Amino acid sequence: MGYLNGFKVTWRKLFEERVSTDYPHEKRPKPARIHGRHVLNRYEDGMEKCIGCELCAGVCPARCIYVRGADNPDDAPVSPGERYGFVYEINYLRCIHCDLCVEACPTEAITESKLFEFSFTNRSDAIYTKEELVVDDEGRPQHLPWEDWRPGEDEHTSAWMRATAPAGNAAYENRVAWSGELGYGVRAPERGQHTTDPEADGAAEDHDSDGGNR
Amino acid sequence: MFGDPLLAGDIDLVVVLIVLLKVVVAFAFLLVAVMLMIWFERKLISDMQHRIGPNRAGPWGILQTLADGTKLFFKEDLIPEQADRRVFILAPYLALVPAFLTFAVIPIGGNFNGDQGGTVSWFGRDTLLQVADPPVGVLFVLAMSAIAVYGVMLAGWSSGSKYPLLGSVRASAQAISYEAALGLSLAAVVLMNRTLSTHDIVVAQAGEGFLGFIPNWNLIITGVVPFVIFLIAATAELNRPPFDLVEAEQELVGGFHTEYSSIRFAMFFLAEFMNTVTMSAIIVTLFFGGPAGPALWGPAWIWSFVWFFAKLMVFLFAFVWMRATLPRLRYDQLMDLGWKVLIPLALGWLLLLGAIQVGRAEDWPLPIVLAVVVAIFGSASALLALSVRSGHRVRAESDRDEARVARR
Repeated sequence: MGYLNGFKVTWRKLFEERVSTDYPHEKRPKPARIHGRHVLNRYEDGMEKCIGCELCAGVCPARCIYVRGADNPDDAPVSPGERYGFVYEINYLRCIHCDLCVEACPTEAITESKLFEFSFTNRSDAIYTKEELVVDDEGRPQHLPWEDWRPGEDEHTSAWMRATAPAGNAAYENRVAWSGELGYGVRAPERGQHTTDPEADGAAEDHDSDGGNR
Repeated sequence: MFGDPLLAGDIDLVVVLIVLLKVVVAFAFLLVAVMLMIWFERKLISDMQHRIGPNRAGPWGILQTLADGTKLFFKEDLIPEQADRRVFILAPYLALVPAFLTFAVIPIGGNFNGDQGGTVSWFGRDTLLQVADPPVGVLFVLAMSAIAVYGVMLAGWSSGSKYPLLGSVRASAQAISYEAALGLSLAAVVLMNRTLSTHDIVVAQAGEGFLGFIPNWNLIITGVVPFVIFLIAATAELNRPPFDLVEAEQELVGGFHTEYSSIRFAMFFLAEFMNTVTMSAIIVTLFFGGPAGPALWGPAWIWSFVWFFAKLMVFLFAFVWMRATLPRLRYDQLMDLGWKVLIPLALGWLLLLGAIQVGRAEDWPLPIVLAVVVAIFGSASALLALSVRSGHRVRAESDRDEARVARR
């Protein structure tokens, strides 16, 4: 009975387990390298990593980043270099979270957190300024009122998003190429990678439990 | 026995109050049933499509319909400039009122065991558990389902817009095609039960059937064929999938209700789901013995409710199941099924049942009666098939001729 086979299919589906989760109450674990909202990182001594080079703004396909650099004041330098990011704005009505700015950044100043659940009710909230993007003294991103942070999501936000070796140089393949992160130090290598420091290699298993892309 | 024993004697205040109570209960029951039916349908169809469905309003999303209704009530009510205003406003009521009225003749309970004849004693009066029991109940059902089509038709026509108009043209064509099959399959029931009253049809089905355990349902008495025809025709009459060409979203935007918004739109939906509940109740009444059934303990009329709702749920489930499974028919398939399959089959089956009845009365031998009926039916369907095929051939030839002319 070809006509009636369909009824069997729909009947069977009644008893199969659902794959949907009760989303806002229950969230599935996010992949380790998910592209979320950006953070501007700082060094361990509190200095900002951003040097105001505007490479991120140049590479951005959505043109959502606006950077203006300025010379560091002699008496109170903001970043270790000559210049720093005087103005840094990201318009999240335009950002497509492609992570090209993270790839472009020479100092790993801009990286992406795992947060994507944020909704604003006016356009000025959508434009994040440097004050909102920069991490706090513990290296954690700031929690803005319209962002839905859950425990654990504001950790490990920086310095390990790089998909490629620096400058595509084959000599750096499989080597950890990220710098230290405020509050966390140098991140342990992922599987298949090794550091120049033999002690740190032992920690390579740590990220297996992250459940993301390996 | 025609009519409600309640109305046979003097009409005093108690009688009026009982009638009022029944009307109010039927009205409230229908509204609640529709609310739950919409939720049930959405939940069940999402289960069948491997989804979760409404789960935000109330436990298991059971208040979803209420939330939707409240929202629709506060939406802006638009009337298109091109619309025929008076008819546009009238149409939703034309769809809604027959949906309410049909339910009045459905017996939803009653003590059908022994010689009670479906009456119960409330407040010292004998009464039927249905709002009205007209001697022509079955015809009333047919009439109301025909009038409900006017709502759909006029809604599409008065919108002053092309897609609703197409939807309403389809609605009228579909109604005409399937009303015939509906009526003919219903005639089989009337023929076997020898009554047009819905209450008496249920009484006729009460009691023991063959062998003591097979129920005495019209489903078996009429042979299963009229039930199958009725189920298909009823689905078409309800404009439910797979016969929902009237509102085919992929082709006609929203069909007849494209231009409707706010509470007028809600009324169409209310009517549609109310008709689904009512039509299931009619199927239960006509073919499955309605509320008649054994009473295990306690008062029998409580058990009659249980039986009625259990049977009703089976058909509500079946309608949703069909919607989840079957793809929509093409327009010509719809017409083919209606005119070339259902109507001839219903006619032939009616002939068979009628011949058996007459044969039994006149004491004709049954095999000869059957042979004659099968011969007549066979030759008639052969003639039909022949005419259909020659029609096809003529059309193919004329198409070929036209193509030849066009080539020159």
